[in-house]
Amino acid sequence: MNPYAEYAICLLLLIGGAFTLVGAIGLARLPDFFTRLHGPTKATTVGVGAIVISSVIYFSTLGQGIGIEEILITAFLFMTAPVSANFLAKAAMHLKVKTTENSRGQPWDQ
Amino acid sequence: MLDRLSFPQPWLSLTLFITWQFLSDGVSGGSVVLGIILAWGIPQMTQGFWPDPPAFIKAWRMPAYLARVIRDIVVASFEVARLILSPRPARPAFICYPLELEHPLAITILASTISLTPGTVSADVSDDNKLLLIHALDAEDDQEVIDTIRARYEKPLLEMFQ
Repeated sequence: MNPYAEYAICLLLLIGGAFTLVGAIGLARLPDFFTRLHGPTKATTVGVGAIVISSVIYFSTLGQGIGIEEILITAFLFMTAPVSANFLAKAAMHLKVKTTENSRGQPWDQ
Repeated sequence: MLDRLSFPQPWLSLTLFITWQFLSDGVSGGSVVLGIILAWGIPQMTQGFWPDPPAFIKAWRMPAYLARVIRDIVVASFEVARLILSPRPARPAFICYPLELEHPLAITILASTISLTPGTVSADVSDDNKLLLIHALDAEDDQEVIDTIRARYEKPLLEMFQ
């Protein structure tokens, strides 16, 4: 395999792994439900994106065609992540989950 | 009876057909037949959920918008990562965003964009489609967040949908 492709794959995997780890740390460290919602839905967007790109490079250098499936995975992920985040936020607002003291503004209930 | 055999949403059908060809391993007779069945069946089944035919006129502006969103996702990811790892506590806030967009599909795209860009999640839309409730992870000033979203995402969407 082309060494430059290998460097690129390594770099992208490291970036992806680092962002996924930061997302997990955020899930553990952030103070309340709404802020925790940001960790996994966000840092992982770039995390999964970088891992998928490295997979595309790997399989296209192996000569097995360009990985359109991986791009579709990204597309589906980008379409479904906001919906699940929205559902979680709505459920939390309905249950009147507590927010941290330094949080400004109020969730509404309708 | 005849409208049961039609394609109520040709663009959705075309997208579904092409997506199915990519998902199945290479284009073959079987994948084409199943693709046509899916392209016919899914729009028929979901027809009741679509509000009205989207007035999606300026589709050629979409790639530039997507490029901007992807760039913002990468930049904001680094900011959120720095915030998570720094000892400073976050300053979360609920922000009411007054919507200028009116079409439900446009509001959906804006809300999804806000949720995808790190640091903000769209939590709810008011019943009259006039307000969007946003939860920001670290906002110093509500007006600043509103202005950024207005300039970067809502203005291009307004141009696309009107």
